[in-house]
Amino acid sequence: MSRKTYRQAVSEALRHEMRRDLRVVIMGEDVSGGLGAPGEQDAWGGPQGVTKGLMPEFGRGRVLDTPISESAFIGAAAGAAATGLRPVAELMFVDFMGVCFDQIFNQAAKFRYMFGGRAVTPLVIRTQYGAGLRAASQHSQSLYPIFTHIPGLKVVLPSSAYEAKGLLIQAIRDDDPVVFFEHKALYDDEEEVPDEAYTIPFGEANLTREGSDATIVAFGRMVKFANQVADSLEQDGIGCTVIDPRTTSPLDSDAILDSVAETGRLVVVDEASPRCNMATDIAALVAEHAFGALKAPVRMITPPHTPVPFAPELEDAYIPSPARIEEAVRGVLAAKR
Amino acid sequence: MTITVPKPLAEEMYRRMQLIRRFEEWVVKLVESNEIAGVTHESVGQEAVAVGVCLALRDDDVITSTHRGHGHIIAKGGNVAHMLAELLGREGGYNKGRGGSMHIADMALGIFGANGIVTAGCPMACGTAYAFKRRGQDRVAASFFGDGGVNHGLFHEALNLAAIWALPVVFVCENNGYAITTPIASVTKVELYTRAAAYGMPGEAVDGMDVQAVYEATRRAVERARAGAGPSLIECRTYRFVGHYTAERFMKLDYRSDEEIVAWRKRDAIPAWSKRLGEAGLWRADDQRRCDAAVERELDQAVAIARQSPWPSADTALDHVYARTYPGLPAQGFE
Ligand SMILES: Cc1ncc(C[n+]2csc(CCOP(=O)(O)OP(=O)(O)O)c2C)c(N)n1
Ligand SMILES: [Mg+2]
Repeated sequence: MSRKTYRQAVSEALRHEMRRDLRVVIMGEDVSGGLGAPGEQDAWGGPQGVTKGLMPEFGRGRVLDTPISESAFIGAAAGAAATGLRPVAELMFVDFMGVCFDQIFNQAAKFRYMFGGRAVTPLVIRTQYGAGLRAASQHSQSLYPIFTHIPGLKVVLPSSAYEAKGLLIQAIRDDDPVVFFEHKALYDDEEEVPDEAYTIPFGEANLTREGSDATIVAFGRMVKFANQVADSLEQDGIGCTVIDPRTTSPLDSDAILDSVAETGRLVVVDEASPRCNMATDIAALVAEHAFGALKAPVRMITPPHTPVPFAPELEDAYIPSPARIEEAVRGVLAAKR
Repeated sequence: MTITVPKPLAEEMYRRMQLIRRFEEWVVKLVESNEIAGVTHESVGQEAVAVGVCLALRDDDVITSTHRGHGHIIAKGGNVAHMLAELLGREGGYNKGRGGSMHIADMALGIFGANGIVTAGCPMACGTAYAFKRRGQDRVAASFFGDGGVNHGLFHEALNLAAIWALPVVFVCENNGYAITTPIASVTKVELYTRAAAYGMPGEAVDGMDVQAVYEATRRAVERARAGAGPSLIECRTYRFVGHYTAERFMKLDYRSDEEIVAWRKRDAIPAWSKRLGEAGLWRADDQRRCDAAVERELDQAVAIARQSPWPSADTALDHVYARTYPGLPAQGFE
């Protein structure tokens, strides 16, 4: 156990699995960098330094710098996955799904089903997402609901360093295609993380806070904000359960329904655009299966339905804030039926 | 090496290159003073490409640009105060602070946006050129992209489309040798300009450190396009003197050698052009200083204007998503 950043946790997970399983290979743009430069050192190690050190240890045969050809290398990773390797492909920003989505959603996601259960595609696509770094409309999106929509894909949203390591190891060992969403504003967050390998199963939510007054379901970076809100409300004697579903597909609906059955009040916090996102999905789940338990209308805290703005003022207002979450929790507590 | 362009154009080439260089140097300063947030990619070293291409275009021609777009925008006549205000995230910026460095656009000046997606401008240029052709206009679209772009599907699909539809497009590859840290030779087996042959269009490589060579090559391609003879590919061999993005200067990366950087810096297009102006007798001793001083004044004023521009107000956060608003759109999630 030692304190590690989210960045180190992701990096360690990759290293563990590459040491453990020769079938694990990595590909992506500049994951090592400086291809063709003299020496066997990384020139870059990926945009967040996550893959730094892997090429020197595992060689260029297993750590592949690719051209800027996302369809080709993500598709190749899917092909290699279905024929015996366990590739981890890096899509530098999830916003670039636009230039390679066919290989993900029409191909990798569907091999198992379309081929009558006779294909296995242990592919991981690691990608950065999320707002907060002034990266503007094409480098800040939270597009996980789009992937969640696709049957056959598993979608993972690690909310902290501990989560990132265990979930990524699980993703690499998993026999289905997994899209692993790393929030770009979390890379420097630190916490205690075991040094050895461990897995966190998919579809099992983590209750990061427990309380009986209200339930907050949050994803990715929003879990951190929800925890802050729960801690601050605790001072006022308000107890919140914070649920981090960890994976949006599969989704631990039981954890959510059980908690709502107890609290009767639900706030869902989602950094994705408000239409057809995880917040609407969970609100619908609860409306269908726990309507009788609800003591107040469900509140959804999301950004507005706009692209992510560049200007710091506008971006700060865009991202769901702890203040908005807290106001929503107080709102559901005040509501009378 | 003689100067074949008329003196006013030759001077304008110098002025615009110098304006780009000093603009980028201002950007670095403003990033370091935390006035510019986010990621900015400077084009220091590549000025001759932007200027050589854009000065061979007419005002009503259109360009598509890249993540490294400041130079293209200035070369096409972009207003540096509006650009700087955008980089500072202000309401007075080109995009009212919504876009930042990677999305600066001026549709009125034919600047169809910098772009955060590699080669996304190539198909956009095809559509622009098709619209010109369809409306019987003899306008041209020029599409900038980097060496990293020539392996992208979008590039290949766009070149083929432009070729089969004989569209008036000039595809301009700025080959600066690297895509982030990846050297082009490690990801591409052929000379980049030869890609043109596969699509049945002319392709040529030019010295991207020679503004006049870039200008002449572009002029030939533009004439061909205007005459209805279809697209061309020009590979401009150039170099970025600085990092992939501003922050790289502190990262001590070693993907290229100091000798390589020094060798290219010796070929800097801006002093080289000034020297040629002198040698050709077009410029006297003082002329460069006069021009440089005017550039400094323009930028000082632009920075001052940008800094005074107001921040976008939160009440406008929902503007500009659709032509009109609808109940719940785009306000959903934000009432
Ligand atoms: C489709 C897509 N893939 C990856 C990126 C990330 N990216 C931004 S710039 C860049 C390198 C581009 O290299 P090049 O085209 O040579 O342009 P240069 O930076 O040298 O001007 C990469 C990989 C992107 N913006 N878009
Ligand atoms: Mg390049």
